[in-house]
Amino acid sequence: MKTTRRNFLKTAAMGGALIAAPLSLRAQEEITANENAVGMLYDSTLCVGCKACVTKCKQVNDMAAAPAPTDKDRLWDSPPDLDYRTRNIIKLYKEDEDGKNWAYVKYQCMHCVKPSCVSACPVSAMQKEEGTGIVFYDKNKCIGCRYCQIACPFNIPKFEWPEAFPKIVKCDLCKFTNLKLKGEPACCETCPTGAVIYGKRKDLLAEAKRRLAANPEKYQKEIYGEYEVGGTNVIYIAGTTFENLGFPELEHDSAALMSEHVQHTLYKGFIAPVALYGFLAMVALKNRKTKQQVEHEHETDHELEEEIKKELKHKDGGK
Amino acid sequence: MSDNTLFSTGLNRRDFLRLSAGLTAMMGLPYAMHTKVAEAATADNRPPVIWLHFQECTGCSESLIRSGHPDPAALILDLISLDYHETLMIGSGYQAEKSLEDSMKANWGSYILIVEGAVPLAEDGIYCKVAGKTAVESLKHASEGAAAVICIGTCSSFGGVQAADPNPTQAVSAASLIKDKPVINVPGCPPSPYNLLATVLYYLTFKKLPKLDALNRPEFAYGRRIHEHCERRPHFDAGRFAEQFGDKGHSEGYCLYKLGCKGPVTFANCSVQRFNDVGVWPVSMGHPCIGCTEPDVMFHTSIYDRCQIHEVTPPDFYPNANPAKRGKGADPLTTGVMGMVAGAAIGASAMLAKKLPKEGEDEDHEA
Amino acid sequence: MVHHDEYHIHKAKILTPSFYVLLFFTVLGFLLIGVRFVKGIGAVSNMSDGYPWGIWIAYDVATSTALACGGYAMAIIIYIMNRMKYHPLIRSALVTSMFGYMLAGMSVMVDIGRYWNSYSFFIPSRWQTNSVMFEVAVCIMAYNVVLMIEVLPAILERFIHSETTRFPKLKHYALIIYPRLDKVLIFIVVLGITLPTMHQSSLGSMLIIAKSKLNPIWHTEFLPLLFVINALYIGYSVVIFESFMSSISFNRPFESEIQRLSKVIPYVTAVWLFVRFADLWYRDQLGAAFAGDYNSWMFITEILLISGGTFILMWRQYRTSPRMVFISAMLLLIGGGWYRFNVYLLGFKPHGNWSYFPSLPEFFITIGLVAFEILGYMVLVKLFPIMPKLHKHEAQTAQAH
Repeated sequence: MKTTRRNFLKTAAMGGALIAAPLSLRAQEEITANENAVGMLYDSTLCVGCKACVTKCKQVNDMAAAPAPTDKDRLWDSPPDLDYRTRNIIKLYKEDEDGKNWAYVKYQCMHCVKPSCVSACPVSAMQKEEGTGIVFYDKNKCIGCRYCQIACPFNIPKFEWPEAFPKIVKCDLCKFTNLKLKGEPACCETCPTGAVIYGKRKDLLAEAKRRLAANPEKYQKEIYGEYEVGGTNVIYIAGTTFENLGFPELEHDSAALMSEHVQHTLYKGFIAPVALYGFLAMVALKNRKTKQQVEHEHETDHELEEEIKKELKHKDGGK
Repeated sequence: MSDNTLFSTGLNRRDFLRLSAGLTAMMGLPYAMHTKVAEAATADNRPPVIWLHFQECTGCSESLIRSGHPDPAALILDLISLDYHETLMIGSGYQAEKSLEDSMKANWGSYILIVEGAVPLAEDGIYCKVAGKTAVESLKHASEGAAAVICIGTCSSFGGVQAADPNPTQAVSAASLIKDKPVINVPGCPPSPYNLLATVLYYLTFKKLPKLDALNRPEFAYGRRIHEHCERRPHFDAGRFAEQFGDKGHSEGYCLYKLGCKGPVTFANCSVQRFNDVGVWPVSMGHPCIGCTEPDVMFHTSIYDRCQIHEVTPPDFYPNANPAKRGKGADPLTTGVMGMVAGAAIGASAMLAKKLPKEGEDEDHEA
Repeated sequence: MVHHDEYHIHKAKILTPSFYVLLFFTVLGFLLIGVRFVKGIGAVSNMSDGYPWGIWIAYDVATSTALACGGYAMAIIIYIMNRMKYHPLIRSALVTSMFGYMLAGMSVMVDIGRYWNSYSFFIPSRWQTNSVMFEVAVCIMAYNVVLMIEVLPAILERFIHSETTRFPKLKHYALIIYPRLDKVLIFIVVLGITLPTMHQSSLGSMLIIAKSKLNPIWHTEFLPLLFVINALYIGYSVVIFESFMSSISFNRPFESEIQRLSKVIPYVTAVWLFVRFADLWYRDQLGAAFAGDYNSWMFITEILLISGGTFILMWRQYRTSPRMVFISAMLLLIGGGWYRFNVYLLGFKPHGNWSYFPSLPEFFITIGLVAFEILGYMVLVKLFPIMPKLHKHEAQTAQAH
């Protein structure tokens, strides 16, 4: 029994890298947004809920309407949520039916500084643009594994469930459409009240802070997206809590970074797997050389070899 | 409507300028252009117009002469030179036909041909004859020297009621028979007279046709759906509908979509330009739009059938920021079946365990 | 290396009643897969944007590859820990592994939306080495190839020993390939240990990135380690389970190696339980784990199943009882699978009241694929020398049956 235990511990030791990975995690690197990173600032207190941004987004990005299942006549484009036809949506928070405390909220991709979807995607279909930090999607590379959906803390990437040839859909700040043609995303261009504005992240952050300082009684203290999951390029300020607006409460550390750290510790330069292979091969070869076994093998192998030789000879002779 | 009654003798300066400014705006031209439009309208070269009637009800002509700005006399005498119009002209018989021939000869290549009504083709077109000539012959003859052909009304533009099933006279639209001349369709049943006037004046002002859509309709009048500018639109967005004629919703002025309104699929400016110079139109009076400017809607679908909306827009209500439930949960059947499968698996395992002997060999016996 | 006299072809009828039952479920599953390819994933499954991975991933990939770790676990015990007496068990373990991994592969092709783009994995410019999924996918593809090579000797032996001359060419090639393959097989076998270590751990790493969605009872940086160990004890349990199953259904005597194998398991599970609890204690989640809510009960069930199986195997008198060994193997299989389900589905809760429960067609696609796997195994052992050869005295008892 002793040998088994020793061998077992030996085997367990090979998982050294597996143990080392989580423990060395303390040295998590800082995430910093690029100086030129662009994003949007949404001010919930300015939004009047006109949904012009929803309509414009659909027009510009050529998205189909999403009538509710109860809407048999297909009267309205009323997606209950972001979905494969909706990259941008306005929702309403109402505390009660009297509606004394209410606020609109706009959802779209948050364009994380360290995007989980990009980190998760196995085939680089999700990418973060150099400089601008826009997170965008390339359907020509995508295999549809939906790991980006699992990874995204905001549940933003959406999948075309009813399609035989589906793709992932998410906001790309109109990178290929309005931003390219008119210099800003469609929602920002069309917003009549300036509730959502486009700009460099650092400018937007400064503007958000200015608004908070000028009207401290009107706003919540924090800026959503300033620190969440390492910061997002789309940031929010609001008059009601972000929990009320349907946002998840998130840590300031990036889970993507954590995952990459574990993965890098295990696979950097492929050292650990090669070492494991070498070690295992050594052990296996050594075991093979134990006397008893060699004899046993030799015997059987010899028999088989003879047999094969005979067969081959016989066949060649036959020809 | 000031002093400009239906039967007033002339067009005073103020009304004339108002008309040209209004038409300028309607054509989507900048305001400064209205003087140019006025000039074109007052220039001595009033456009000679030949107006033919085929299979129709004369509703289009009726609509035109009921417009107050300008009144019919001003229209016929001052704005255009209406040389031939079977229901309005004074002459009759050979005299009338002679004026047609004369006008064509005198204005060869520059007159505007306006066609009202569909053209029957069955049995060599004998179902519609004027002066011994079939409609096909008259149309071919008159269009030869025309500068442009304007098809007024849905019958001449798209065939109208004559061309609806079963179409015993094999009526077709006049527009479909004219191949070698520019054709402008001004559909409607009847069309707004201002759409015709604006089209004519556009041609006079710029000496070219206005921008047309895929169905050869002037875009300034037929570029947008009725639904987009309907006064009942807020009710649509909020989900307030008249469910049947005379119900509470109907009397409250709610949206008529569920009564069959074709506004969402009908391209026309009725909801903006309206009719009879008093700002009314069918929808304002409680009747759903019947889609008369569309070739596939009126006479091809029931007036009370609901149409399908293609450019769907968001409603006036909002999804909850904190929805109660999303995704698809369990249903009893699936849960039952899965429970049965799991039960069967556990049962089978238990049976198997029972089959296995309780006592076995000692583990070290071979080692 | 190859002990060709240890295995034999199980001579029995292929077209048995259970064959037809499995065939029925296979056909049903494949019909539904047809529907999925024509009408989209949404038409057959209850997956949603909140739960983008359903049972096709949680069971067919995450759990069934663990159930297919028999080959992996046995290879470690035989070649690394040098316990050659278990060698007769390896082939059937490898064949189940092969089918298990094939099932995972097929299920992935059903599950991924843009399957025609899967060639992306072979285009280096598209590789995204930060992605855990990338590692898992490449590794599982490689392991599928390795498993096929590992099973190849059984196929070749069949052709070598075939009396009929229906495929003379095949026999000729088999005779040429077999000895060469035999010489390098040990390196393939070692690869067959390395690769599962890599991707089984990565299957755990996969959920690290979903930190905000996975309940802290399960989310830990030790997920990869826990998954590897979990794969090991599931692997041993599966070998035991499968051995008993084939003993009963093929009417063979019990394999004596099995009872000895069961001795190994408690050591593996003990390490796993230690890591599990130490991690919970370290992250201060023990309170949440026993709080008595839904997640807590899922956790307690998982722990009870695994420690229950472990507890039984710790006693010598139970280890000698085939019934108890079988029961504990079942407990460990369910418990180990439960753990993986907890990580991939039950403990996974995206923000905003999402819910998921598989739909009937979705479930029957999984059932169909599993039925296909078992069917393949049953046919293969009746065509090729895979089952351990009966010991002489056992053979006599078997004949007496």
